[in-house]
Amino acid sequence: MSYRLRVNPIACEAHGMCAELLPERITPDEWGYPLISAEPLPESLLEHARRAAQACPTLALLLERERARS
Amino acid sequence: MSSAASAYAQAPPPSQPAGLPRLLAGVPAHGALSLQEHLEIHGEAPRKPRRRRRSESPLIARIEAAGLLGRGGGAFPTARKLRSVASAGRRPVVVVNAAEGEPASLKDRTLMRARPHLVLDGGELAASSLGAEEVIVCVCAGARASAEQAAAAIAERSRAGDSSSPRIRLQLVPNHYLSGQESALVSYLNGRRALPTFTPPLPFEQGVGRAPTLVSNAETLAHLALIARHGPEWFRELGTPSEPGSALVTLSGPVAHPGVYEIELGAPLSSLIDAAGGATDGVRAALVGGYAGSWIDAGRLPSLALSDEYLAQHRARLGAGVVLLLSEHACPAAETARVARWLASQSSGQCGPCVNGLQALAMTLTETARGVARAKAEERIARLASLVQGRGACAHPDGAVEFILSAVQIFGSEFADHARLGTCEACALAGELPIPDAAARAHGGLRRARLA
Ligand SMILES: Cc1cc2nc3c(=O)[nH]c(=O)nc-3n(C[C@H](O)[C@H](O)[C@H](O)COP(=O)(O)O)c2cc1C
Ligand code: SF4
Repeated sequence: MSYRLRVNPIACEAHGMCAELLPERITPDEWGYPLISAEPLPESLLEHARRAAQACPTLALLLERERARS
Repeated sequence: MSSAASAYAQAPPPSQPAGLPRLLAGVPAHGALSLQEHLEIHGEAPRKPRRRRRSESPLIARIEAAGLLGRGGGAFPTARKLRSVASAGRRPVVVVNAAEGEPASLKDRTLMRARPHLVLDGGELAASSLGAEEVIVCVCAGARASAEQAAAAIAERSRAGDSSSPRIRLQLVPNHYLSGQESALVSYLNGRRALPTFTPPLPFEQGVGRAPTLVSNAETLAHLALIARHGPEWFRELGTPSEPGSALVTLSGPVAHPGVYEIELGAPLSSLIDAAGGATDGVRAALVGGYAGSWIDAGRLPSLALSDEYLAQHRARLGAGVVLLLSEHACPAAETARVARWLASQSSGQCGPCVNGLQALAMTLTETARGVARAKAEERIARLASLVQGRGACAHPDGAVEFILSAVQIFGSEFADHARLGTCEACALAGELPIPDAAARAHGGLRRARLA
């Protein structure tokens, strides 16, 4: 099962918690909104990713199961 | 008249119109076709394709065989969308999208004004094939004549009294670029502001009143109504194998008769310009696909064909069928900077990268056009573009970036001259590219419009 990170850009208010908790995959852009790396999330980062998602004050970071292509 | 609607379900198949025009067949110079006139030209719609309990309505297979692609800008296969809605479980709703927020497009309001019954046929047929009982026709509040004709046509049909038909109602939507974006439309129909929402759920999963919702462009549904009558082979007599049929195109700029034309997909641009009475001035470039589209240099125009397959080599798409010619006398730098500012102003303000990025892009473009940009403006534009693309809840920033990047590329020498020398004589006259007036903009997206 592979997972990916996605931001709900409407909910995101650029608090920046996610970039602090998961710098391996998330960096802030010049306005503070998260840029998410396209690289896959390895097992070893999954727990960090989960924590980053939970830490977002507006719950704008989503850890989603990769949808199978239809 | 006994009952137009019952005759409507039984008459023999009409003769098949060959060639063009199809959608615009029989359009009188003024006003709309009445139901009677509509039926005389196109014949009755076929028996309503009832959704069957387990099997799919046969209309969907016919639409698939016809290869109909959505005419709202995305060119998505209509049959696939119908199937997604049909398989979503609950009783669906059909939304006819004639919001037409694109300032350079007039085709949906023209169709709605001149051929309301063809669009309504399409909405009804799609609804019946899905088992939907409600069709909501969304027309932009600024297109008064179109809204009036739609209202009159709906009333005419209800007087004709076919009680087995789905209910049709008209909804005016705000004059705003984003109103026609499908999730914004659904949001508005659910009593909220006409702003895009985060997806999923997509409208086909959860739309109006949480029901699976088909949102289709008005022109798409008009084609559907003709395919239901004449069949997929007839539809494919025009167009190309991958982009069959005809399409409505709004042509503006220096031609004798700017306006809405019906073309065969794949037709040369030159034939469209000829149909419009020819160019009345030199042309610097063409914008294809509207303000989410791409500029193409004049040198490429003589051989240009109007199909996505052909336009792909110019990184362009026909989109909602907008072709805008920019005259040689206009200043491309000032014109595109002005549109870029307008595109930034149309951001709904919900997503950080879209709000900040489009604003910064518009500013950089404007500064360049006025010769006051900081060094490396071009690099900044490229970087900002990459920060905006794909990072909004809707595709507005992606379209705006497409417009801006192609402008910077095609008008590279003009931008370079302006960066070096400042404004030119034509800068002050910028205004050839249409932008809705300020009054219409002030209420954009934020108020619920009322049918006057
Ligand atoms: C910013 C934006 C504005 C849009 N405006 C319209 C519009 O005015 N009319 C329209 O039919 N589609 C518009 N669309 C596309 C719709 O979201 C949707 O794809 C379309 O109505 C589907 O119809 P179709 O499959 O028949 O093309 C817009 C999309 C975006 C991103
Ligand atoms: S991407 Fe821009 S226009 Fe689209 S919803 Fe977000 S802020 Fe609004």
